[in-house]
Amino acid sequence: MTVQVTFWGSLLAIVSAIVAALGRLSSVPALRWLAITYIEVFRGTSLLVQLFWLYFVLPMPPFNIEMSAFAVAILGLGLHIGAYGAEVMRGAIRSVAKGQYEACQALNMSPFKRFYRIVLPQALLAAIPPGTNLLIELLKNTSLVSLITLSDLAFRARQLDQATFMTLEIFALTLLLYFLLAQVINLGMRMLERRLSRGRMQGGLS
Amino acid sequence: MPQPIVRFTDVTKRYGNLTVLNNLNLDVEAGEKVAIIGPSGSGKSTLLRALMTLEDIDEGIITVDDEPLTHMPARDGRLVRANARHQRKVRGKIGMVFQSFNLFPHMSALQNVMEAPVQVLGLDRKEARERACELLDMVGLGEKHDHYPSQLSGGQQQRVAIARALAMRPKVMLFDEVTSALDPELCGEVLSVIRRLGAEHSLTMLMVTHQMGFAREFADRICFFHQGRIHEQGTPAELFGNPREDRTRCFLSAVNEAQ
Repeated sequence: MTVQVTFWGSLLAIVSAIVAALGRLSSVPALRWLAITYIEVFRGTSLLVQLFWLYFVLPMPPFNIEMSAFAVAILGLGLHIGAYGAEVMRGAIRSVAKGQYEACQALNMSPFKRFYRIVLPQALLAAIPPGTNLLIELLKNTSLVSLITLSDLAFRARQLDQATFMTLEIFALTLLLYFLLAQVINLGMRMLERRLSRGRMQGGLS
Repeated sequence: MPQPIVRFTDVTKRYGNLTVLNNLNLDVEAGEKVAIIGPSGSGKSTLLRALMTLEDIDEGIITVDDEPLTHMPARDGRLVRANARHQRKVRGKIGMVFQSFNLFPHMSALQNVMEAPVQVLGLDRKEARERACELLDMVGLGEKHDHYPSQLSGGQQQRVAIARALAMRPKVMLFDEVTSALDPELCGEVLSVIRRLGAEHSLTMLMVTHQMGFAREFADRICFFHQGRIHEQGTPAELFGNPREDRTRCFLSAVNEAQ
């Protein structure tokens, strides 16, 4: 459960970070404000309360939106970490040199192609170190989803502890499992970094 | 008399209170090689950047191949400011090489040259690869297809940038101080590529340059820029040999002293 929520939550976080960062940098005021509102609301309030809202408040009138605990967990974690990620992406996108945009224009590329083919690969590379932090943060925050009835790693550990009273062993193992999962994220991001930085000099900005 | 391929009519560009292009008029014939010289801040680069639509102009009109670049005809036939789509259409006839190369750092030399033909012109990859290989061979980088920009010298990067611009088959090429960021011994290889390009193709070329020697032997016409206008223009022999204006003489002797 922890793995699944982390995986899908991370995907949602990355997508919403990119979309919100683009909105934040947009020249259309409405889009900019929409992105700022999203970022500030999800960054400025407690994740736990956000999960409670999605799970306990939304099913009630006047909203009447009912979602499974699993969907709520992915949505809550993804949007929460995505709000932080949006600011990381914004900085990363702005770090791409102005000359790159000019070269794209001289080659007559459309704004979409320019972003997707030229700007994004360079921005993602710049976003990887802080992005890895955020995804590990997301992994660890999954321990909150037991409070909306999902039985994740932390919840299972408490159950086992109450049944067996092998407190030390169980929580040591839990710690280790989280650590190992974090290393999987780490490894994945390293591989992505290596792929994106092919041919790039260390510390090269151009 | 053939129609000029590029025409600037009363073009003015201001940055706040500063007028960089001041009621500028310039016609460039198809196939002509024009070198633009002048002191820094005189508007040379702005002229090229305006033609590449990297800068909006405040007044006047620029046409390329008889088609307005900065403007488009509205429904009632009047000319109005061009929108992005119209600019995209006309811009395709122009290619540009920059002082700072601006290669895509995450792509190899070959990918750099293939990118726009595939993504913008919609060429299939095989055709684009052939075109790119040919161009890289032409600029003398046949061995360096798979090198990334960071693995190439400045002169090599600039030659990839020239190949990249040519891959779009522009009618007009703009060179904006393409050797200014290079060590003197690397300038030669870039200039000789431009020289060959001029000899083998009927490409129209506009170049902003500080290489007076190169301008003199290569260009059909030299334009001396001063305060946002063409202060004096003529054949290299006229302009370098017997400049009419004091300001031109002053600039040329200052440059001669420095070199």
